[in-house]
Amino acid sequence: MLTKRIIPCLDVKNGRTVKGINFKELKDAGDPAEMALAYMNEGADEIVFLDISASNERRKTMSQWVERAAERIFIPFTVGGGISSVEEAKFIISLGADKISLNTSAVKDPNLIKECSDLLGSQAVVLAVDAAFNQEKKRYEVFVQGGTTPTDLDAINWIKKGVSMGCGEILLTSIDRDGTQQGYDLRLINEAANAVQVPIIASGGAGSKEDFLYAIQAGADGVLAASVFHYGQINIKELKKYLKSKGIPIREEDLYEFPNRKG
Amino acid sequence: MITIIDYGAGNIGNLIRALEAIGKNTFVAQKPSDLPDKTKVLLLPGVGAFGPASEMLQKSGWFDFIKNWEEQKKPVLGICLGMQLLCKNSLEGGYSQGLGLFEGTIKKLTDVPKLPHIGWNSVKWIGPSPIPWGGKYEEAYFYFVHSYALEVSRYTTGVTSYGRTSFSAIVQKKNAIGFQFHPERSGIRGLMLLDWAIQKLEE
Repeated sequence: MLTKRIIPCLDVKNGRTVKGINFKELKDAGDPAEMALAYMNEGADEIVFLDISASNERRKTMSQWVERAAERIFIPFTVGGGISSVEEAKFIISLGADKISLNTSAVKDPNLIKECSDLLGSQAVVLAVDAAFNQEKKRYEVFVQGGTTPTDLDAINWIKKGVSMGCGEILLTSIDRDGTQQGYDLRLINEAANAVQVPIIASGGAGSKEDFLYAIQAGADGVLAASVFHYGQINIKELKKYLKSKGIPIREEDLYEFPNRKG
Repeated sequence: MITIIDYGAGNIGNLIRALEAIGKNTFVAQKPSDLPDKTKVLLLPGVGAFGPASEMLQKSGWFDFIKNWEEQKKPVLGICLGMQLLCKNSLEGGYSQGLGLFEGTIKKLTDVPKLPHIGWNSVKWIGPSPIPWGGKYEEAYFYFVHSYALEVSRYTTGVTSYGRTSFSAIVQKKNAIGFQFHPERSGIRGLMLLDWAIQKLEE
């Protein structure tokens, strides 16, 4: 049975993770590749990296840390954050990433989604949508520039448009819930899951194991979180055990080291 | 030595890194004349559509080379689209000819919730014992990305179910193995299976 994915998210700036603390048995807590490896060994199904560095050194630091990650982890990983051209997307895939995610630049030019999926395949193109509920208009709206700038775009319509342009997956973040640890926005997840056929990765608001369960029950194919994993509040192995006990299809792994692994 | 066929269908970097992680020597060959004498196993990777990939193999001379190689009972490993190309033919985007190492036609998955079938799914081992992933369980999880698949056939040793459909996740005969999933993206379990397949083929 196809399983639901547990996805830790790492923010990277100038080649270092932004929230890298509280991790035992880690050689270098600021190294994205080392942290991703620790998560793989804890049972993560996938890793999402968001590179928030804007400097002109970005391409150079990326070529270093993305390649280091690819050398260490043997599970799929996505790189997003500020990708604005099909050339940059192709470059990141060539470093070893399985998928790239598009956000602000896709809103500016939706054709970028199509260009990327034509070149890399739709399975490699994730559309990241940051949404907040507008009380007056009674609808979810898309925000760009790291969730700071409203666009007046209806989030559900934008998701449909993104899928029609060829993205293979939606990474859906609730700005209202992000950082609150009060649970995922279940209504947002449900509306998105009912609107399109591609997988929905829910993000924003995870605080407890139950929150992950509810997000999956609301229609999420994958659940993404950062703080609860980074600060050791929730252990992925235990989370998976819990979800499995609730009847959710989950990949439980009992093997964490390749015998006689070299390098 | 494992020689990876680079015919332009997708990234092979992650496959090389995975093989290196399990201590294998690899070589990347663009054309058959590049093939080192030390080659023990030919590895056919690939992502994308069957038709164009089959054409690229034919144009570059790999198509006939692989058929010939297999007729001499030399070992071949196919991964994802590479596994599909080892089969007789495919209905993806019309009809295309495959290498015919395994019987059967590659068809679009039907009766399934979403396409592509993407993510971690379980593979049930139905081949001879012992179970190649080493554990005590008949099933293990591997990472899939595909919309087309081979039906369960007499060469099937691993079966996966998605929605109400079952298909071949692993096909195997004496000198050829095919994986529909990506062992190089399937964690430690995937690396172990890759290691098993190469050992099996080198026997």
